[in-house]
Amino acid sequence: MSRPRLINRDEASAPLERELLVRIHDLMVKTRALEERLIQMYKQGHGYFWIGGPGEEAFNVPLGLLMKRGQGLDYDYLHAHYRQSGTMLALGEEPIGALRQMKNTATDPYSGGRNFAGHFSKREWNIAPVSSPIEVQYSIAPGTAMAQKRHGGDGITIVTGGDAGTAEGDFATCLVWSSRPANPLPILIIVTNNKWGISTSADGQHGETRISDRGRAFNIRSKTINGNDPIESYRELKEAMDYVRTERKPFLMEALVSRLYGHSSASGANFVANEVDPIKEFEAKLEKDGVLTRQQMDELRGRYTEELAAAARQVRDEPQPAPETIWNHIYAEKK
Amino acid sequence: MANMAQAVRMALHYAEENLGVMDIFGEDVGAPLGGVFTATQGLKNAWNSPLDERGIIGAAIGLAMAGQRPVAEIQFADYIFNTIDLLKIAGNTHWSSNGDWNLPMVVKTPVGSGIRGSIYHSHSFDATATHIPGWKIVMPSNPLDAYGLMISACQELNPVMFLEPKALLRVKGEERIPGEPEDERQLSKMIDAPLGDRTAWKPQWPALEPYAVPIGKGKVVREGTQVTAVSYGRTLPMCAKAADTLREQGVSVEVIDLRTLWPYDWDLVKGSIEKTGRVLFVNEDTEVTNFGEHLVRRSVEELFYKLLAPPRLLAGKFVPGIGLSDNLEMASVPQLGDITDALRKLASEEP
Ligand SMILES: Cc1ncc(C[n+]2csc(CCOP(=O)(O)OP(=O)(O)O)c2C)c(N)n1
Repeated sequence: MSRPRLINRDEASAPLERELLVRIHDLMVKTRALEERLIQMYKQGHGYFWIGGPGEEAFNVPLGLLMKRGQGLDYDYLHAHYRQSGTMLALGEEPIGALRQMKNTATDPYSGGRNFAGHFSKREWNIAPVSSPIEVQYSIAPGTAMAQKRHGGDGITIVTGGDAGTAEGDFATCLVWSSRPANPLPILIIVTNNKWGISTSADGQHGETRISDRGRAFNIRSKTINGNDPIESYRELKEAMDYVRTERKPFLMEALVSRLYGHSSASGANFVANEVDPIKEFEAKLEKDGVLTRQQMDELRGRYTEELAAAARQVRDEPQPAPETIWNHIYAEKK
Repeated sequence: MANMAQAVRMALHYAEENLGVMDIFGEDVGAPLGGVFTATQGLKNAWNSPLDERGIIGAAIGLAMAGQRPVAEIQFADYIFNTIDLLKIAGNTHWSSNGDWNLPMVVKTPVGSGIRGSIYHSHSFDATATHIPGWKIVMPSNPLDAYGLMISACQELNPVMFLEPKALLRVKGEERIPGEPEDERQLSKMIDAPLGDRTAWKPQWPALEPYAVPIGKGKVVREGTQVTAVSYGRTLPMCAKAADTLREQGVSVEVIDLRTLWPYDWDLVKGSIEKTGRVLFVNEDTEVTNFGEHLVRRSVEELFYKLLAPPRLLAGKFVPGIGLSDNLEMASVPQLGDITDALRKLASEEP
């Protein structure tokens, strides 16, 4: 699935259709406004813990836009990690759900007040529950991919996680199970590389030059991309997903991304000035190319900030789950 | 009569024909071996996975998420411990997603002593398994129950841990599996793979009938009035034997096969303790933080005033492993003599 190589880099990232660019930008800003609201809620005591993806919007939004959304084997499965609000919003999710999970209300659509922020789950869209033990999703994802391979069609499985977590055996599990000659799987294996664990930098831990190089040993097609550029992300994801959809084989993608508010509330959740801000960069480009004006973009930001502040006020008054509900849903029952 | 390995195989055959089981997998589970205990021999949906326990449990979770009904095997329970966090996830997914996702998956694994397996082929898993909420845990003690419990497991909406007492996998049953031919040599000819080249071999399955042992229901295997013995798995037939011996000596023992460890049949246990006033819980997992300790606690808390003697637990010794030497294994886990003695003592204990 090679595409024509363009010599000039600027040309290579020539703009997608204007409408798509505006949509991506809109969702990136919406995601950022959501995350900043979540951080504020945490800091004001309206939540116990924050973890999320400010800095990863340029990659996560295109991913959500490109997914085939729906329930069951004909649609894409996402085994996400905890930094993917951008993917959820791009799929069409309303941001208030994330606020409800932060406030652990009974109305939290992902866990009913049981799980951390950023731990999305939505069976209706094949979004597998995000789990706190990192990387386990890499062991689980081959299962949905196996079922999809047998089923036929063009639904694929997507799994994402962080760079530090690739040291876990589950990452190797994913490479091994996805590339078995007996049954190669339609799975897009993604690593978002922000160069950090919590406080441990990648320099001290990674012997491999690129994480994507690990795919080579398994004959898995692989690539490292700039996940801070939404246009490159969109193109590369589309190409990789097309390959997985049609060839029914795995693809390993490493996306280089930023971590703009540190690891989580555990590390303070304060803005980190020395990381690339993908929204800032994208906006400069959109302005330069005459796609959007500074004023339009500022207005958009202001509007989302206000909307989320209003949503947070609404969530504040919603009930907490009742204590006796701890006994609900231990087992599924036949109806 | 079929042995337990054959019974499990027949249940899985029934499940792949009738219950939508499309994946039966694990290390060496597919052809040519059909499992190290032959419990998956000849099954059309059995396949060999990579040698990766985390991958096996993970794939089973993923398959279940995708609406399949996987049956995954961990070759020996001794090797399931490096998957504990995945087992926890399988157990908590329904709860943590507030009822949105459920995982209809079965994990089967041979447990316990009895084959001189030394320290890494003799572990029990019942105490650990019962410590992971969200699972149903079954452990048959005879082939017919193995057949019926496996069929129930393959109909469940929830994760089921199917513990196979390895000491009993080769023991023939006393009751026929519905559909099993009368002559056991004929059965063997039909469903046991020949030694040597098996490439052309295909099993000839008997016309099996549905038969389900409901999950959560125990069974009284000996009726008695003086003392209750509650057990499961390898130690259950020993308890029955001990009861037979003691009956000849004038001691009446009621023996309960728990069959399901979670959710367990407390009504049955409670009723029996109320009748006899004395209870001995028997299993072979190490005795500290043993599942039997939970049963002792519950007996004391709920039935204190009905008891004629303290509830007791006879379990494996709290030592790091089971040594290979015959003497070491026999000394580490309850044997027939230990059970008979413990029951006799308890029966004569007066308040
Ligand atoms: C199995 C496991 N070990 C440790 C942790 C604690 N922990 C949470 S996030 C994290 C760092 C993860 O880094 P990375 O995989 O690069 O993902 P990122 O958070 O940077 O996106 C650690 C150590 C955990 N959640 N799970």
